[in-house]
Amino acid sequence: MQPGSYVVLAAILFTIGAVGVLIRRNAIVLFMCIELMLNAANLALVTFSRINGNLDGQIMAFFVMVVAAAEVVIGLAIIMSIFRSRRSASVDDANLLKY
Amino acid sequence: MSVTEQVFFWVLGPLAVIAALGMVVARNAVHSALWLVVVMLCLGVFYVIESGPFIGLAQIIVYTGAIMMLFLFVLMLVGRDATDSLIEVLRGQRVAAVLIGLGFAGLIGAAFFRALDGRAAKGLDAANVNGNVQGIAAALFTRYVFAFEVTSALLIAAATGAMILAHIERRRDQKLSQPDRMRARFAPGVYPGPKAGPGVYATTTSVAAPGRLPDGRQTDRTYSPILPKRELTEAEAAPKHTEGR
Repeated sequence: MQPGSYVVLAAILFTIGAVGVLIRRNAIVLFMCIELMLNAANLALVTFSRINGNLDGQIMAFFVMVVAAAEVVIGLAIIMSIFRSRRSASVDDANLLKY
Repeated sequence: MSVTEQVFFWVLGPLAVIAALGMVVARNAVHSALWLVVVMLCLGVFYVIESGPFIGLAQIIVYTGAIMMLFLFVLMLVGRDATDSLIEVLRGQRVAAVLIGLGFAGLIGAAFFRALDGRAAKGLDAANVNGNVQGIAAALFTRYVFAFEVTSALLIAAATGAMILAHIERRRDQKLSQPDRMRARFAPGVYPGPKAGPGVYATTTSVAAPGRLPDGRQTDRTYSPILPKRELTEAEAAPKHTEGR
């Protein structure tokens, strides 16, 4: 068993997150699926860091974490303001820009 | 990989996959959030055993500590709307999404496995010789110092943006003054006094039973609207003559 199995696990988790984004309708759950994809990418980065024997991958994962925190703050604020005006967190209801 | 690490991988890896599937499948958004916490804790343990204790603890503190709490806060604010609708807007979208996902997983999983199979990791023992935190700090504050500074600008911009988005601004003409509030409160048709408690003048002490007005009519104002209204019909309230049977 090689460290490559971690990368395969990361690929599986990333796929589950991507499928979740496609099939779920609740905006908050969509955000959680995006977080899962970011986490899977982080796992791959940390494993690459170990395979290559330097710490750059871990630093990149650290930056991904910071960007994810900023993204979650903004995204949840947007969801809150949409919910305040439309009384719904479903992405199917937010179609005002459609027509 | 040592034996300990293999045990950790084969226990926590399937657990992480199951929890991720549970997050996608769970109908209730709060359950989804709790499943995601399990995934993140598993990944935090993986980072620690992959000789990255700093990133592992940052994962647990930042993700499961801060970000997931933020998710739960917003879920509680959004409240009862958190359950998902079962209506498929595009027909066959779920099946197509699952099929595409299986194909995608097979593709990148096989590609990574073929690229990395049989390749031994160099390991981070040389890089972590002064300690993991010291090694990360040495790289972060020399080679990556510009990215680190830009990150602070990003966080400030995100905090400001969230404050602006969450702020409710009322226009000056929409603000109610205190005399206006008092007039609205005592306007005709509005009942200014406290409402009767549920069950007052009723035949039961249940909070789901509506109270009665002085003229005997039932009033819906005395119980919470999320409780089902419970009032027995005449036939149900009549004696059942079960004595002596």
